Amino acid sequence: MWIAFKTIVIKEVLRFSRIWVQTVFPPIITTSLYLIIFGGLVGERIGSMEGISYMEFIIPGIILMTVITNSYANTVSSFYLAKFNHSIEELLVSPVPNWVILLGYVSGGVLRGFSVGLGVFLAIYFFIDISVSNLFIAFIIFLLTSTLFSLAGFINAVFANSFDDITIVPTFILMPLTYLGGMFYSIEILPEFWQSISKVNPIFYMIDGFRIGFYGVGSASLIESLMVLLGMITALAMTAYYLLNKGVNIKS
Amino acid sequence: MSKALTIQSLRKTYKNKLTAVDGIDLEVKEGDFFALLGRNGAGKTTTIGIICGLLNKTSGNVKVFGLDQDDHINEVKRMIGLMPQEFNFNQFEPVEEILINQAGYHGIKRSEARLASEKLLKKMELWDKRKDMVKSLSGGMKRRLMLARALIHNPKILILDEPTAGVDVDIRRSMWDFLTQLNKEGVTIILTTHYLEEAESLCRNIAIMNDGKVIKQTSMKDLLAEIDHQVIVLESKNDIRPDIKSDKFKIEFIDSQSIKVLLDSKTNISEVLVSLQDQGVSIDHVRSAQNRLETLFFYLTDKK
Repeated sequence: MWIAFKTIVIKEVLRFSRIWVQTVFPPIITTSLYLIIFGGLVGERIGSMEGISYMEFIIPGIILMTVITNSYANTVSSFYLAKFNHSIEELLVSPVPNWVILLGYVSGGVLRGFSVGLGVFLAIYFFIDISVSNLFIAFIIFLLTSTLFSLAGFINAVFANSFDDITIVPTFILMPLTYLGGMFYSIEILPEFWQSISKVNPIFYMIDGFRIGFYGVGSASLIESLMVLLGMITALAMTAYYLLNKGVNIKS
Repeated sequence: MSKALTIQSLRKTYKNKLTAVDGIDLEVKEGDFFALLGRNGAGKTTTIGIICGLLNKTSGNVKVFGLDQDDHINEVKRMIGLMPQEFNFNQFEPVEEILINQAGYHGIKRSEARLASEKLLKKMELWDKRKDMVKSLSGGMKRRLMLARALIHNPKILILDEPTAGVDVDIRRSMWDFLTQLNKEGVTIILTTHYLEEAESLCRNIAIMNDGKVIKQTSMKDLLAEIDHQVIVLESKNDIRPDIKSDKFKIEFIDSQSIKVLLDSKTNISEVLVSLQDQGVSIDHVRSAQNRLETLFFYLTDKK
């Protein structure tokens, strides 16, 4: 089982590495633009937020946004393509338990999230001398967020019947939730009603937890962030495993 | 000899209520070269899909070397190699990676998988293409790659669903030789094909499916013995007299220099030739009008 797991992970890493121009490079460019425009030009006029400069404030959100989108994109595109070109049958005729298949794809998503996140972090380092307050917390939040969105991408791929179906969720759900999750602002500047609404958005807890790891400051507590992440991971992992066992949209 | 595959009362009804496999029983002995024939939609690919774990059955029982598929799915999968009808590759993966990954799914270490894939790619004359993406291969190459992939974990049963479809004659012949050799080495082979001469040449036992049911399961020899007539085509360099006749066989003109002769099992070809010679017709060329198995296949599966 270990060999099968390793094979799926290597296959996934080779897949996104082969097309690094599409997978790893664009987020680095986008991030640099965000930093120059929002952090540098606009940020100077905004001043500080939660006691840190605006440029520094938006960095955790930007990194986590790339982690979220890339982890999601990796599993949704890879698993959907495997369904589309029927190469999923290579796994289905093999003695690979479903939990190994799931773990392999999710690990592939996490590794892409990590590669792109690290690339973005290094790009940011060019613009600003950044120091991470608690690397362990930052890494745990990254790992859980990446796992969560890899699982979400996997579930999306199971249900997807066309290429349109794999773009709907990232465009219409993930992106708005990320932007409204306190990536560019502290929810403390919002009226109380909108603060309450923001706290229903799970991505808020991820960005906030990541920011705590970076600077030791956040709008919610680290425990809340971890609880939300672990709860959602458990729910999505169980759902994905159930779908795979049932063979939904995979086996007739 | 033990049973490689035992299928009992297997049934598959799809969500659209179509019953593709309707309670079939099937037995394949260890070491057999077995043909599973049927028209399109007869239920062959569905049966294969269930055996290999690609499809969920509605009811029934599948055993591979005595192991029940329901209780020992992973052990069963380890014993089977499948070459499917449709190409099912990631087209953007290199040829060698396809085999190494498949070996990995079967728990074979990467270093061992490299050696096994080298051996198979050389046998399939694909070694020079090992770094190429699958999308750049021709149809015949892709078929050979699928065969190599099915064999990478040394299965005890090889299931071939239309293995030579779209393959040219030379490659088809070399695949036949390869499969015959593999069968001699002890691999049980189950073959579905539309080329009935392929089944007749390679297989020892046969099952014919029609409308989801097995309508015949017997040895190839016994099946062919059931054929009580044959059709031959006789060609002459000269025009054949239009008034030739015989009590023993039927004659039908194809054109002025060739005739089709229908003869029963009691009449042999030399009697036909002598009879025609007596009537002043010299025959220069004799050939079978159609494959013997094909004649029987159409007879058995004819819905009328």
